[in-house]
Amino acid sequence: MIQYKKVLILGSAALKIGEAGEFDYSGSQAIKALKEEGIFTILINPNIATIQTSSDLADQVYFLPVTPPFIRQVIEKERPDGLLLSFGGQTALNAGVALYENGTLTEFDVQVLGTPVETVMDTEDRNRFTQRLNEIEVKTARSATATDWQAARSIAVEIGFPVMIRVAYALGGLGSGVCHNQTELEERVKSALAHAPQVLVEEYLGGWKEIEYEIVRDASDNCIAVCNMENFDPVGIHTGESIVVAPSQTLNNHEYHKLRAIGLQVIRHLGVVGECNIQYALDPKSEDYRVIEVNARLSRSSALASKATGYPLAFVAAKLALGYTLPELKNAVTGSTSAFFEPALDYVVVKIPRWDLRKFRRVSKRIGSGMKSVGEVMAIGRHFEEALQKALRMLGTGARGLTANPQLEVQDISSELQAPTENRIFAIMQAFERGFSITEINNLSRIDQWFLHKLKKVHDITKQLELFRKAELPGDLLLRAKQAGFSDTQLALLTGQKAEAIRKLRHGLNIHPKIRQIDTMAGEYPAETNYLYLSYNADQHDLPMPQEKHILILGSGAYHIGSSVEFDWCAVNAVRSLRRAGLPTIILNYNPETVSTDYDESDMLIFDEISEEIIIELQNMIPLGGVLLSMGGQIPNNLAIPLAKAGLPILGTPAEQIDRAENRSIFSTLLDELGIGQPVWGRLDSPTQALKFAGKVGYPVLVRPSYVLSGAAMSVASNAEELEKYLERAVEISGDHPTVISKFYTNAKEIEYDGVAKNGEIVVYAISEHVENAGVHSGDATLVFPPQRLYLETMRRVRQIAGQIAKALQITGPFNIQFIAKNNEVMVIECNLRASRSFPFVSKILGINFIDIAAKVMLGLPFERPGKDQFDINCVGVKAPQFSFTRLEGADPVLGVEMASTGEVGCFGDDFDEAFIKALIAVGYRFPFKSVLLSTGPIESKAELLEPLLKVLNGHVKIYATGGTAKFLTENGFNAEKVAWPLDDTHPSAVDIIRERKVDLVINIPKSFQKEELTNGYLIRRAAVDFGVMLITNRQIAMRLFEALSRGVLDRLQIKSSAEYD
Amino acid sequence: MAGEVVFNTGMVGYPETLTDPSYTGQILVLTYPLIGNYGMPAFHSSGGLHPNYESPAGTIRGLIVADYSNNYQHWNEETSLSHWLYKQRIPALSGIDTRRLTRHLRDKGSMLGKIILDGKEPEWYDPNKEHLVRQISRPEIQTFGDGKRVLFLDCGTKENIIRELTIRNLQVIRVPFDYDISQMEYDGLLVSNGPGDPAMCTETIQRVQLAYQNERPVMGICLGHQIMALAAGASTYKMKFGHRGQNQPVLNHLSQQAFVSSQNHGYAVDIDHLPKDWKTLYTNLNDQTIEGIIHESGRFFSVQFHPEAAPGPVDTSFIFNDFAKLLEGQ
Repeated sequence: MIQYKKVLILGSAALKIGEAGEFDYSGSQAIKALKEEGIFTILINPNIATIQTSSDLADQVYFLPVTPPFIRQVIEKERPDGLLLSFGGQTALNAGVALYENGTLTEFDVQVLGTPVETVMDTEDRNRFTQRLNEIEVKTARSATATDWQAARSIAVEIGFPVMIRVAYALGGLGSGVCHNQTELEERVKSALAHAPQVLVEEYLGGWKEIEYEIVRDASDNCIAVCNMENFDPVGIHTGESIVVAPSQTLNNHEYHKLRAIGLQVIRHLGVVGECNIQYALDPKSEDYRVIEVNARLSRSSALASKATGYPLAFVAAKLALGYTLPELKNAVTGSTSAFFEPALDYVVVKIPRWDLRKFRRVSKRIGSGMKSVGEVMAIGRHFEEALQKALRMLGTGARGLTANPQLEVQDISSELQAPTENRIFAIMQAFERGFSITEINNLSRIDQWFLHKLKKVHDITKQLELFRKAELPGDLLLRAKQAGFSDTQLALLTGQKAEAIRKLRHGLNIHPKIRQIDTMAGEYPAETNYLYLSYNADQHDLPMPQEKHILILGSGAYHIGSSVEFDWCAVNAVRSLRRAGLPTIILNYNPETVSTDYDESDMLIFDEISEEIIIELQNMIPLGGVLLSMGGQIPNNLAIPLAKAGLPILGTPAEQIDRAENRSIFSTLLDELGIGQPVWGRLDSPTQALKFAGKVGYPVLVRPSYVLSGAAMSVASNAEELEKYLERAVEISGDHPTVISKFYTNAKEIEYDGVAKNGEIVVYAISEHVENAGVHSGDATLVFPPQRLYLETMRRVRQIAGQIAKALQITGPFNIQFIAKNNEVMVIECNLRASRSFPFVSKILGINFIDIAAKVMLGLPFERPGKDQFDINCVGVKAPQFSFTRLEGADPVLGVEMASTGEVGCFGDDFDEAFIKALIAVGYRFPFKSVLLSTGPIESKAELLEPLLKVLNGHVKIYATGGTAKFLTENGFNAEKVAWPLDDTHPSAVDIIRERKVDLVINIPKSFQKEELTNGYLIRRAAVDFGVMLITNRQIAMRLFEALSRGVLDRLQIKSSAEYD
Repeated sequence: MAGEVVFNTGMVGYPETLTDPSYTGQILVLTYPLIGNYGMPAFHSSGGLHPNYESPAGTIRGLIVADYSNNYQHWNEETSLSHWLYKQRIPALSGIDTRRLTRHLRDKGSMLGKIILDGKEPEWYDPNKEHLVRQISRPEIQTFGDGKRVLFLDCGTKENIIRELTIRNLQVIRVPFDYDISQMEYDGLLVSNGPGDPAMCTETIQRVQLAYQNERPVMGICLGHQIMALAAGASTYKMKFGHRGQNQPVLNHLSQQAFVSSQNHGYAVDIDHLPKDWKTLYTNLNDQTIEGIIHESGRFFSVQFHPEAAPGPVDTSFIFNDFAKLLEGQ
């Protein structure tokens, strides 16, 4: 075995659709595995919210873009002898392949550990892949690659329509899709080739079963299949968009082991060393199969498989990359048996993707071969129905399970079943209600009948339950319902009772869930780890319940827009603080993409619902010394009141104070009492009142409906007409569903305050500013810390107000306040008595762990007051959002009051310019650019942009501009080429030049806050996204960018690790 | 119904498992909770064998599962598991906390049990006290396939062993466990799997000892492995709860290669008294028990696991290639 001394690990950068939290988990495990060997580890990952970038993991962390030029410079500086490519998703893999191809790795003598790059290339290039599998007579879908549309057409004609288009080197099936005819083919192929060098035209296997295996192989050719999974949804729906079940349910022995054996054969032939995933299509009417693809790296599926089986795939893969063999390693769960084995499950696991499509306007809601989901949940049960119903509730989208969801009615059941959206599963339940047969549903949806029968069983139990409206449920029916995964709330809704009444009845009958242990061996060997779940299909706890008091930490639940890896960072850091203080901890979470659900992070990991029902059951089993619910974001925070009412010991700020901050009216009154400014707002019961209010305070106004019909959410109305239209279309206003309207401020600055207080006294705080003016959701804003453009007086005022609020609400623990400032007038927009999205960012830039302090404060443990604050640091941090608009077909890529970004990066710099540019590069911008299309909206933005523009653009960059902007530029001495608006029938239009890739950057500043119509601006923005051209839609971002470029920032981007900024 | 209660951790393959003669006398607990999902495949006879099954009939004395699937779905199914069990007169229980039961068996060891139907309580039944092989070994001699002749001592074989041999162009002559082989013409001998305590199979042990005296290859699987070890001079012992599942890791001591294997045994070989001219061929990576032995000549070898899989991983099917190759040399 070669001894490596210094190993570089590439992260996956910002979370995006197709590349999410799973790579924080796999990277963190890899670092742990390397550190155990005494290897010096270097990590490049600009994702500042991750756990892997914490100071206690890698020896050296570079918050730099994961792109070949930056990686090359880090290699040149650090001279690692080994490189790990397979733990940072497609981003790391693509960068690694590029460095291999351009000779960097040879030049600096860096060894790629684990799977060789040539093998990676075999799996990524569709032609090579098919050829390699042909060599061993393994079937792939009939296919051929094309580099232009004509070639694609002739292949499609030969195979016969419909065909599947796949894109090479794409994560999460980006740009992939089914084409039924030549028109669809042309559109898709042309758009795909804008992003990628080639497309694959493939035989379409829609309706076949989709099966996956996770395979591990060591350098000595020992090979195992750790987990197999079956998609509930048939082939044609991306596995990241499918409900996935582990292990497979409908395969017999021959099918299961045939596919497994092919997997081992393929992986051996390709020469993978480490972990990989193989996907199959399996004919539902025979044993015929096709290999769909191999991912020669850790993936979303491998994270899921790790959590589903308890087998630490990433950790083992890292050890294998170093040269260990599987028989040399131990099964970490049992501690006694071998890592060379295949877990036997005695439970069933269901994963459901979490979509957030209602956050986007104009987006297609259909799910298919491209990925759109932003997160996922995993549920464990002893029955399939139990796991499935748990998982549906875990999504946090309002579903109570399979039934009792009147709000999720689907209009056209048949079309929903044929062309599904995220509501397909509810449409199936409705179909039962309407008398559809299993065969009919199967014909429409192609979902295997076995699954449909299980759903039908839940439907049948529901029908029986409904017979007991307002009547006491018989004990055996209640037990049967609980065993089929019905929650108390769901039962209450179905029987017209209160959840408390159901709970009381249930407790009276002594029906409780029992704790089950995941041991990887189906009970054959005892487990040493406390990886647990709850089931109503169990007679007995698997282990004696602890007698000593435990602290229960609630995790973040499913990642979705607005709640992501940052809250896992908070939860994990809180647990680590408590454990260091010697306190026994329990984590409750259900997100398989997280580090918090690694069983070695807490004393007990309970992989189950974060709900009142489950937490009360836990309290009945284990003495709880406290519940920490301010670390996991809004999902646990929402439980403060119900849990406090149920008598659970909530740590930190008392629940009634949390309610005072969350309740709009109470909080507003409090601000008035304290003399703190806030935007004028009103809680209105009718559209007339709303219009009257808006007329009084003046437009624009922000409308925040508390009950939403069409899925549209917050919006800004610039005039009465817009407001009227919005209220008409989207909101049902009544006394029961009042709407909140507030004055919307333009040209104001937005400020974030993150702090920790103890009994109302501030212990530590950080103030950061948004680059964008108010109006951009704080999660989409570019954050600067410490602030660079704030008046000292503003900061003083912010600090003062925060102190007042902390005192008034008696805050103990983490909190966040959002402010807007206009001409030194400071107003509070929002206050959350929990850790916020920006906690990891400010903690890491400042070098003070806010969560560590918060956790200690909340437990009453001794803590050190930090000896420095934001005025003592010699660097600037910039946090920039990552958008995934490319994947969200049709969505308008514009910033607004609803959050749209899926992830973020945070970069360091010696000054703002440097940190800002690094952050932009880290989220996909490429500099310098040679040509730009300007379409800059209102006159004030044109004027503002002019000076920096002049410095950067004139003479160096080819400028295209639309109507008014072109005129303005020409008048001011610029040489701009005018292009037509896309809706005019003149060419070349703005969209033409984007499609032809004549521009590298599009700057389009939208005129209005309303974004519903098909406008010229929309078409330009969407074209930029669809054809992979950089896009900026915010005036302040454009200005800061041009200023930075004009100051020569590109020539002074430093390669410094986070430690070097201390 | 009474028998010895054992558990199996495999997640697929109940039709194969329920017809595996090695389970004779046992009440089987399946640890995977969802059972019956794909029904039972069509039953027919083809050249004396029964595709999709491991023997013509159900072999277990009872079945215990957690969540029986009332509805099944598969292109190759003929009937439901429930109906099949009914026709086979095998009692079964669903709705049992099989994990609790399994942990009990793990802690206390395999034990006797009974399923009481309609209040009619049967006598306890201990299969380990019976000469089960004698009870189930088929008296007739059957020939399958063509090619080099494998004399097949049937101690209660899974049919897939025969299939694996015939697809490798070997002729299989199936004879009863106690058949007098001294006068037989053959190129190699195979001792099959089967139920119960190997030490009871004294007749078979004697036959194998005889076979060791000539040059022709001998291979043993599962019970056959234990019989070969006993014939060579080693001893066997009853394990606490045995190995039954599809994920047992075994290490080949010659190649240092590891394999995932399918297993079903309650007895194991103790090599303390194994003569010096025999070596350990495989050990179990989890508990270091003996999984295979080989004579230094290379002509006699045996494995505790099931290279014929059915159910389970097919990773060790190369063992039949090795055997076929040895026979080619004859």
